Amino acid sequence: MTELLLFSATGLMLSLFLGLLRVLLGPSAGDRMLATQLIGTAGVGILLPLSLLLDQPALIDVALLLALLAAVAAAAFTGQQEARHD
Amino acid sequence: MINFASSILILAGLFFYLAGSIGLLRLPDLYTRLHALTKADNLGLGLLAAGLALHSQHLLTSLKLLLIWLAVLAASATSAHLIARQARRQETRR
Amino acid sequence: MNTTSLLVFDGLLLFSIVGLAWASLATTDERRSVILFMAFGLVLAVAWGRLLAPDVALAEAAIGAGLSGALLLAAARKQPRLLSPGSSKGSRHPDGANVSLVSRWAVTLLSAALAGTLAWALLHAFSSTPHDMLPRAISGNLASSGVSNPVTAVLLNFRAYDTLLELAVLLTAVLGIFALGQGTPGYQPAGPIFDGLVRWLVPVLILTAGYLLWVGAHAPGGAFQAGATLAAAGVVLRLAGRSRIGLPDGFVLRIVMAAGVGVFLLVGLTLLLLGRPFLGYPPAWAGALILLIETAAMLSIAATLLLAFVGGQPQSADVNAAANRQREEMS
Repeated sequence: MTELLLFSATGLMLSLFLGLLRVLLGPSAGDRMLATQLIGTAGVGILLPLSLLLDQPALIDVALLLALLAAVAAAAFTGQQEARHD
Repeated sequence: MINFASSILILAGLFFYLAGSIGLLRLPDLYTRLHALTKADNLGLGLLAAGLALHSQHLLTSLKLLLIWLAVLAASATSAHLIARQARRQETRR
Repeated sequence: MNTTSLLVFDGLLLFSIVGLAWASLATTDERRSVILFMAFGLVLAVAWGRLLAPDVALAEAAIGAGLSGALLLAAARKQPRLLSPGSSKGSRHPDGANVSLVSRWAVTLLSAALAGTLAWALLHAFSSTPHDMLPRAISGNLASSGVSNPVTAVLLNFRAYDTLLELAVLLTAVLGIFALGQGTPGYQPAGPIFDGLVRWLVPVLILTAGYLLWVGAHAPGGAFQAGATLAAAGVVLRLAGRSRIGLPDGFVLRIVMAAGVGVFLLVGLTLLLLGRPFLGYPPAWAGALILLIETAAMLSIAATLLLAFVGGQPQSADVNAAANRQREEMS
């Protein structure tokens, strides 16, 4: 099981890294924001097996907070647009 | 037995995550990339969380995992829509 | 544990952090820079988790990911574009002054000196012994501290004075924000989809804040993380154009702003009057006193961060509601 958790944490970190490439490349701001969402979700995904692997149950709380605050970040980005718009 | 089911779920979740990220990189424009992203968010995290929930000892942990999945589900669906709508508006304005 | 596999993990993490930091500073577009900075905050939270520092990870997730991004985006909204995307980097400032060669070399040398000092300190820390005097002291005294989370014990008991002064710094900051005058006018009321997001996100954030405050006594959490989460709830409400964002009006607001420092001082002085040292909690009461102080601190911190987002003295909820109604009538 430990190997699987390690493998999945590393695989998810790779997924985060790929999202990072899109953040750096993505021509429009929307692309970058999308990729930030992926980074956030990948971060949440990483923290879950990591909490079992490193025996830190608190990391699940961190994952929850990260999920919620990533939503706030997306809200901040799109909310600005809503305001600017009408 | 539970370990086996749990492992399958975790690996499936990992697969969807990677598929989503590769899609994010390789697909041609924002709307298609969005499609890839939401697969990673919903299925990837959902399967991963399900696999870990099976594995965990405490009910509270499993409930937290469920809450995390639901939060990401709702948030990513909404923000994907908002980001796409805003991008669409910017296009039609030009 | 399979150290090779974690090495790959750590390598990717390290590269991501440095890459994001570099990119967010090197880019010329402000909004792009803020988005990169938000991503940076997210990855940093994971890094703190990897380093077995969940309390810091919670704080980073709350502040670095969501709140800083919202604050910076709101600030960027008001600035005219200072640097056009095509401008050459660094040699010309927008107001026309040249950054001279001397000052550029001075900054480079100072940064190198700083980096060198930090590297020396790090190496020195590794080579000196023993490493565990502080953890042993903390775990030795944990039982009488009133909480079982060592971080909370240090922040609110062993080094409570430092935390009191930190809260005083926050109070000073919010007084400075107030000195800026009226805050920015509110946002447009949000459409149904954004509003739908707000409807569940805000209650969950508030509940999470309460949870973090409560759990801080025996697990990672605490007043600061809870306060930041609560502020995030207020920020989301404001982004949705709501007239009520959780800040009380007038006099009550001032009480909430001062509550962190105020309650801390009251507890300390009361203990002093009772013959104990300043902020020297009697072990039987320590847990309850810490919770009391943390609750007040959470409210203060939340108000401070939210006011930073508002950018000045908030208009009262009635004024905001009236402005919203006016906008609806005009459209």
